[in-house]
Amino acid sequence: MAEDKYKIQKIDAYRWRIPREGKMRVDGIIYADEHMLEEIQKDESLQQVINVAHLPGIIGHSLAMPDIHWGYGFPIGGVAAFDMDAGVVSPGGVGYDINCGVRLLRTGLYRVEIVHKLEAVVNTLFANIPSGVGSHRKDLKLSRQDEKNVLKNGARWAVSQGYGTKEDLEHIEEKGCIPGADPELVSDRALERGKTQLGTLGSGNHFVEVGYVSEIYDDKIAQALGLEKDGVTIVVHTGSRGLGYQVCDDFIKVMINASHKYNIELPDRQLCCAPINSPQGKEYIAAMACAANYAFANRQMITHWVRESFERALLVSPKESQIHPVYDVCHNIAKIEEHIVDGEKKKLCVHRKGATRSFPPNHPETPDAYKSVGQPVLIPGDMGRCSYVLVGTEKAYSDTFGSTCHGAGRVMSRNQAMKTAKGRNIAQELKEKGILVRADSRATLDEELPEAYKDVTEVVDIVENAGISKKVAQLKPLCVIKG
Amino acid sequence: MPKYILIDHTADIGIDLVGISLQELFTNAAFALFDIITDLSKVESKIEHKIQIAGLDKEQLLVNWLGELLYLHDVKNLLFKDFIITDIKDNKLIASVRGEEFAEGKHVIKTEIKAVTHHNLSIIKKDDLWKARIIFDL
Repeated sequence: MAEDKYKIQKIDAYRWRIPREGKMRVDGIIYADEHMLEEIQKDESLQQVINVAHLPGIIGHSLAMPDIHWGYGFPIGGVAAFDMDAGVVSPGGVGYDINCGVRLLRTGLYRVEIVHKLEAVVNTLFANIPSGVGSHRKDLKLSRQDEKNVLKNGARWAVSQGYGTKEDLEHIEEKGCIPGADPELVSDRALERGKTQLGTLGSGNHFVEVGYVSEIYDDKIAQALGLEKDGVTIVVHTGSRGLGYQVCDDFIKVMINASHKYNIELPDRQLCCAPINSPQGKEYIAAMACAANYAFANRQMITHWVRESFERALLVSPKESQIHPVYDVCHNIAKIEEHIVDGEKKKLCVHRKGATRSFPPNHPETPDAYKSVGQPVLIPGDMGRCSYVLVGTEKAYSDTFGSTCHGAGRVMSRNQAMKTAKGRNIAQELKEKGILVRADSRATLDEELPEAYKDVTEVVDIVENAGISKKVAQLKPLCVIKG
Repeated sequence: MPKYILIDHTADIGIDLVGISLQELFTNAAFALFDIITDLSKVESKIEHKIQIAGLDKEQLLVNWLGELLYLHDVKNLLFKDFIITDIKDNKLIASVRGEEFAEGKHVIKTEIKAVTHHNLSIIKKDDLWKARIIFDL
């Protein structure tokens, strides 16, 4: 039995401990209920939680959110914080898709106003927003200097070019630009890969989804977030595309050498890392910021094209459609943040790989508009079920370095999903449920079929019951474009 | 003997590789990469690229070799089907690869591979067979 393999101890109904042993420096803690813990043990993700606990300078615990699943290096759904002096930064703790993240847009439209025009909406979105491999906007030409400006300024660059408004920036994590980005540390290869891919969705699990608020759990907070029952919403899920993958790849090479140089013993080469204050560590952080900013710009440009698509498909003016970002979160990132450790304020490098920041009300980083309610947390589900809007809590800040889950988490491998989908028409099945889907390839739809994911409601209920975020609203899909 | 076997990895995709020589193992890995990306029966050997790659050891060499092919695919829109490794040592290889540029209508992209990972990668020789398991980030 796998439970014996990992010596798991129950802390309470939603938390489980893997006690420190061997060369582990801290315990592992998993947020899950009994049922989900069983699911989690079917793959190798718990071994990854243990591996992360081996890294130098790790503070507190090696944490896993309930949507944890087997990744490479860190588990997906993993959170780990490191001491700025004794700790390390690891590209494998962020992932290849740096600042993969989610943006939620609210609108001034109601479900009844668009439900008969979904065909036009989904087709216009699909035509306007490049998705799938190799796709790009033919009208967008970036010079090398433009691209470096994107890396330095993120969503601010996009707004300066007419993609959206200054007000949009107030509703993005880090206001859409992580400081300290140094484009000179990004390789020619990364710049080359990024050049044609800005403003594209990419493939796999990335999407733009139009939906509506199907349920409200907290009226006051929903109102502060501008969400009301049956209001139309749009969720954008994408990241830093080839540029981010190349930055990660380049720095994994650097960090393999650095791990040797600094005598860091690695249980898995994918966890290669360097001290945060070493030249290699500092350079990775500055290059990672570039890729993160590229992703912020990417989601900002897609927001602009969503606005345009709504105008065209529904023949409404921007005044009528009132499309505004609620918030935009990163879920693959390492951040330098202040946390309380043993009663003292301390700067830490918090890695969130497939995990979302969940900062409480009144935190300086929580945007002004949401100071009294907490930072919005956006949790997309699979294509067929629903997504959730939550807010951050004090408990997350004290217990999980201000972190929570990021999505449903896969339960089926893509291989299994393809087999399960064989002989079925997933697009037709979704259409029968009232959800229109456009995808670049049928294979994407098969791989992404709803059953391939954990039920996001179960994941979200665990983080709410464990107190690390608070449920505000549920969103249900109406139409989706996928890469 | 199949050139590779897909393994069940929850988030990404993993392959088990075998080869009677290191050369064959590396050739099979490259074939698997493009077999996952596209339908190779539609790809012709029209253009040739020379590749020279180095790595600290066999494992890093394998990741760098596949990474190089993936980079050429992503930036130059190339699909490769024939891989001839003319020289291979533990820390470097020389190869020529053949394929053609992606053409809309002729080729399909089945899966986008973001990167080749080092996760738990080890290349071992057992009973005269070279073996490796490699995880791609999707």
